[in-house]
Amino acid sequence: MPAKLVETKPRPFKRVSIDPITLDIIESGMLNARYEMDAVLFRTAMSPGIREQHDEFPMIANVDGKMVVGQFGSFIYGFKAAYNGTIEEGDIFLTTDPYSCNGAVSHSNDWLLLRPIFKDGRLIAYAAMFGHMTDIGGKVPGSMPTDAQSIFEEGIRVPPTKIYKKDVLQEDILELVLHNCRMPQWNRSDFHAIVAAIRTAEKRVIELSNRFGDDVLFSALDELLERNKRAMSKLIKSTVPAKKQYFEDYICDDGMGMGPYKIRCAMWREGEKVIFDFEGTDPQSTGSVNFYLNEEMFKMFCGVYMIMVFDPQIMFNDGFYDLMEVRIPEGTLLKPRAPAALSCRTHALGRIFDILGGLLGQGNPDFLCAAGFSDSPHFMYSGYRKNGEWYQLYSIGFGGVPGKPSGDGPDGHSLWPSFTNVPNEFLESYFPLRIETYETLPDTGGAGLHRGGNALRVAYRMLEPGQISIHDDRWLTYPWGVNGGLPGARSRKILVRKNGKKEMLPSKCDRIPVEAGDLLYFDTWGGGGWGDPLKRPVEKVAFDVEAGLVTREGAKRYGVVIKPNGTVDDKATKALRAKMAKKRGKTKLFDFGGTIAELKKSCRKETGLEAPATPVFQNWFGAADQGKRKGKKAA
Amino acid sequence: MSYRLGVDVGGTFTDLLLINEQTGDIYTAKVPSTPHDSSVGVLNGITKVCKNAGIDPNEITHFMHGTTVATNTVLTGSGAKVGLVTTKGYRQVLQIARSFVPGGLGGWVIYNKSAPLAPLALTIEADERIGARGEVVRKLNVAALKRDLKALGKKGIEALTISLINSFANPEHEKQVAKVAAEVLPGIPVSISSEIVPEMQEYERTITTVANSYVRPKVETYVRNLHKQVSKTMKKVQLHILRSDGGLSSAKAAEAYPVNLLMSGPAGGVSGAVWVAQQAGFKNLLTFDMGGTSTDVCLVENGKAQLRRETTVGDVTVRASSVDVRTVGAGGGSIAKVPELTKALRVGPESAGAVPGPAAYDRGGTLPTVTDANVVLGYLPSGEVRLGGDMKIRKDLAEKAVKQVADALGLSLKQAAAGIIDIVNENMYGACRLVSVEKGYDPRDFSLIAFGGAGPLHANAVGKLLGSWPVIIPPGPGVLCAYGDATTRVRDEASRTFIRRFSETSAKEVAKIFKALGSDASKALDSEGIAKADQSISYQVDIRYHGQGLLLTVDFELAEFEARGLDVIGERFDEMHKQLFTFALPHEKELVNMRAVAQGKPTFVKPQQLEKGSADPSAAAMAKLTLFVEGRDQEGTLYDRGKLKSGNVVKGPAIVLEMDSTTLILPNHVGRVDDWGNILITPA
Repeated sequence: MPAKLVETKPRPFKRVSIDPITLDIIESGMLNARYEMDAVLFRTAMSPGIREQHDEFPMIANVDGKMVVGQFGSFIYGFKAAYNGTIEEGDIFLTTDPYSCNGAVSHSNDWLLLRPIFKDGRLIAYAAMFGHMTDIGGKVPGSMPTDAQSIFEEGIRVPPTKIYKKDVLQEDILELVLHNCRMPQWNRSDFHAIVAAIRTAEKRVIELSNRFGDDVLFSALDELLERNKRAMSKLIKSTVPAKKQYFEDYICDDGMGMGPYKIRCAMWREGEKVIFDFEGTDPQSTGSVNFYLNEEMFKMFCGVYMIMVFDPQIMFNDGFYDLMEVRIPEGTLLKPRAPAALSCRTHALGRIFDILGGLLGQGNPDFLCAAGFSDSPHFMYSGYRKNGEWYQLYSIGFGGVPGKPSGDGPDGHSLWPSFTNVPNEFLESYFPLRIETYETLPDTGGAGLHRGGNALRVAYRMLEPGQISIHDDRWLTYPWGVNGGLPGARSRKILVRKNGKKEMLPSKCDRIPVEAGDLLYFDTWGGGGWGDPLKRPVEKVAFDVEAGLVTREGAKRYGVVIKPNGTVDDKATKALRAKMAKKRGKTKLFDFGGTIAELKKSCRKETGLEAPATPVFQNWFGAADQGKRKGKKAA
Repeated sequence: MSYRLGVDVGGTFTDLLLINEQTGDIYTAKVPSTPHDSSVGVLNGITKVCKNAGIDPNEITHFMHGTTVATNTVLTGSGAKVGLVTTKGYRQVLQIARSFVPGGLGGWVIYNKSAPLAPLALTIEADERIGARGEVVRKLNVAALKRDLKALGKKGIEALTISLINSFANPEHEKQVAKVAAEVLPGIPVSISSEIVPEMQEYERTITTVANSYVRPKVETYVRNLHKQVSKTMKKVQLHILRSDGGLSSAKAAEAYPVNLLMSGPAGGVSGAVWVAQQAGFKNLLTFDMGGTSTDVCLVENGKAQLRRETTVGDVTVRASSVDVRTVGAGGGSIAKVPELTKALRVGPESAGAVPGPAAYDRGGTLPTVTDANVVLGYLPSGEVRLGGDMKIRKDLAEKAVKQVADALGLSLKQAAAGIIDIVNENMYGACRLVSVEKGYDPRDFSLIAFGGAGPLHANAVGKLLGSWPVIIPPGPGVLCAYGDATTRVRDEASRTFIRRFSETSAKEVAKIFKALGSDASKALDSEGIAKADQSISYQVDIRYHGQGLLLTVDFELAEFEARGLDVIGERFDEMHKQLFTFALPHEKELVNMRAVAQGKPTFVKPQQLEKGSADPSAAAMAKLTLFVEGRDQEGTLYDRGKLKSGNVVKGPAIVLEMDSTTLILPNHVGRVDDWGNILITPA
């Protein structure tokens, strides 16, 4: 049963024609409202994850639930399809359960609030926003257990629930939920901050409606969606071939010793429509690395990526959704069946972007980007201070943005929109730790005509006993290079105990006990290189060496010889470049740094960690699925 | 008699405004800027304006000055070679910045980051560590520092920045490093982060302090030199520099903290525009300040320009308050060119500046500029007409320059010139949209007020694109910045970061700090000779719920605080929080910054009412002339603005000339002269 809309004065909107200036003003007004949502949230939220790192996503949608402004596309379809009750004036919905909203949020840490915006008794728009809560209870601090085998281990789940009715907060429900969280004060503040943000959006939308009239606003939002569809239609026709293209990439492991897991996608065009088919993706994991991928969200990822790569002038919204079809087989890593664990979905979510890049770029090498920092690695640290006070940190890491057609990838940056690092002085003021090193690691960016960004090293000195958890990836597979560019360096985590003993920590781990004085080196990974490194201007390589971003040894990957005094040895460089070019031959479109078999073989030696075992898929979901997949082995 | 003088040094012209503090009478002057040493131009101007007023420079007591020296240094990348000292482990603090990639989802695909203001090759690490509570974790290794500083010196650094971790909590190590630097690198100006912006957040503190170092040598030289020169002829004068936030800074503070001056020039323009427009009854404004090298636009709602906690110049954003002005690199001196590859006509951002200047100014410039195009089209009359009394315009040279563009495009001379103007107007329109439409404001609800050397020539066209009527051309539009400078109240503030939860302090302790801050803020005014009776002191506190990132500023009276203590500010904060964000929280509150602001009394300026006349402006007509507008030559009238009377209606096409600027009124538009001498342009 889909949700039922209740309006006290329902009446149809009239489609009117809009002059271009008014349309521009309404579009800007909507965009402005969306940025104001962010601003209100950042100012009033308390958890560092939201207020400093901006792990949140706002959206304003039209009456049909199509996103007009926002980031991740509309999640309202999924919500409406899954919700059985009414949608009424004065409601604010809260949901945190991916399985109850068709993956509108993909793990339970994300709290999604949705507000239908009514004016004079009828619905005129929606405002919604979700943000990542630092903790929602469950078996581990941070609520993202790497060894969870069902969603019941991952903290409290809230099905779509009216947390406000007739604009009155249902305090009992909120308190019940907060009672299950380790940091209720943060959650309460973040919750109110999200409510404030969507109320701001509501205010702005109603202002626009008052100013221009309901019909003008309705028509303008429609026209904005149409405008986007027209532009995207052209873009799809000119960039997506009718011939099937395939690309596959991996997440390295599941945190329980098995991996890598394959994500495979085919793409082709039928008329003006592009089809994405994830047939061939591995079955769902028994662990928590599953990513419940909402098809509409994937469309948005894809649309935005295409716009950025091919024509950044196009404004993006949901208008083009009819031009895409996404097929995700059930029971796979990307559409797991309940109650599969989902909390560590960030790796598969990130990898989707590398897959998109590979898929869209292989037919258009000039627009192809290398593999980048397609993840948001987590560091969690919690325990009791000497005075008995509980502390709990959840923090996101940064790394190398890939080399791309437009230039080098920045060092130690983010691929995610609006993410920023938490100032170390802030962390040190509020948590028992000291950050002794905060720098990018030379040579970790893939060599290329355009260099991949360097990985980031953060060295945390623990000042209280406690436990740490780590979620990262790309420690086994490489961030690949393209068009002759080399892969970036892989990630690693080194724990140096107070007594000097060094331990290599797995990329995903929970509840590692630490003592005051222990030092963790949290090294992320570099971006892949773009284009032939032997063609990178010598002075750029020399500049990077002087800046300490590339070492003298690392310069040799570009065929550049730097003398001990820092100057370029022109003669030796010329000779080295010639020699390397001859040895290498033709450049490769993709450089994955080796096959999975090769990477596994050298794993122990190169990473200090055992290679993961080939995944065993539990047959909870019926042999038919497995058989079907085997039978349809893609070309 | 005592006088105050407002001086604005632009890229091309220096404008002066003299106010008689007793009568409120004003006098203006305009002279060419002298970029090699701006004080030369300023002194020329002082001589001139004093002559106009018939006074001795010694009678000037206050010299208020807005300057673009700091801004231009950043925009042109001509700042100092800055060395940076960070804490060990933090050498890449500027390289990593906040890890932020602009542009939303997928924005990284097109984002190319520029190199940091202090190059990594000139960044060294000090082996030391201060903890978050100000405790010394590791003492400074002086020997290693000396060695590394010497190496930096050999690389030829011109300024040094010291920004160490947690220095906001304990500046001791930064001071020690500064001491060592003074020994090892004598004569190199040093900026210390704990002095420039003593706030938490290492990246923001570092970039702000580096920006300070970057512009400092130029600003320091400039201010010292100016002070020295000015003091020669004005014995009693106090030199003030206008800050980005519209406040005034002493000369000494300006030299040490030039990062606060990045928006100094524009702030003067906005203050002046608001002042003038309010007299004429307009409170919603788009200010449009088009000078020789750049154009600044700002949105003023209900008589108030927006302030920002940040200042952005080019792609540098620092923690310093400023008037929310957007700058585009296009002005009268912007150079037009036709790139070989695309054969597209481009205008700016390169500028001919004051030297060599537009070709028409005959100072050696040969490249076609916007000014030259205006000359070619007849908008800037040549021949006997003078700018600043002594600047001739050579039409032949302008034509020769614009011909380069005409030939490259295969157009007639006038068509090419019109193309240059169209493109530059479109750029201006884009800048105005940035502050209006893109912030959700409808430009049709605002009036465009134009000033700066070139503003009035382009305002009618830009106003037409925006639909912002009337377009206001204030009298003496070139000196408006100087107007803002001269009418700004002397203002100083004293502040202190004092992070305490309410439960960790007492009303008594807080009151004591506020009183001390109040007397500190007042000191600067005392030294200006402002009597205590003419000073007003207000108090503010920045406060939040413990754990929040935001700060709200609460104003209060000292008396009510003494009566009711922390409750006064706590309750007011809850109210504000609720009003702004729809909710208040039951959490404990935290004080962060405390501030006292002392202000002198406002300057009295006599309204300059114009003599009343009829609608007919013919008494002011000077000549008929040919203007190339709307694609063809049309006959227009040239008016002398000095002879226009209140109530006159000037029909376009027309050119209105005055000593320091030229206004173009387009066909099918009229300019009505109001009681204050403003020309209000609207569609006919």
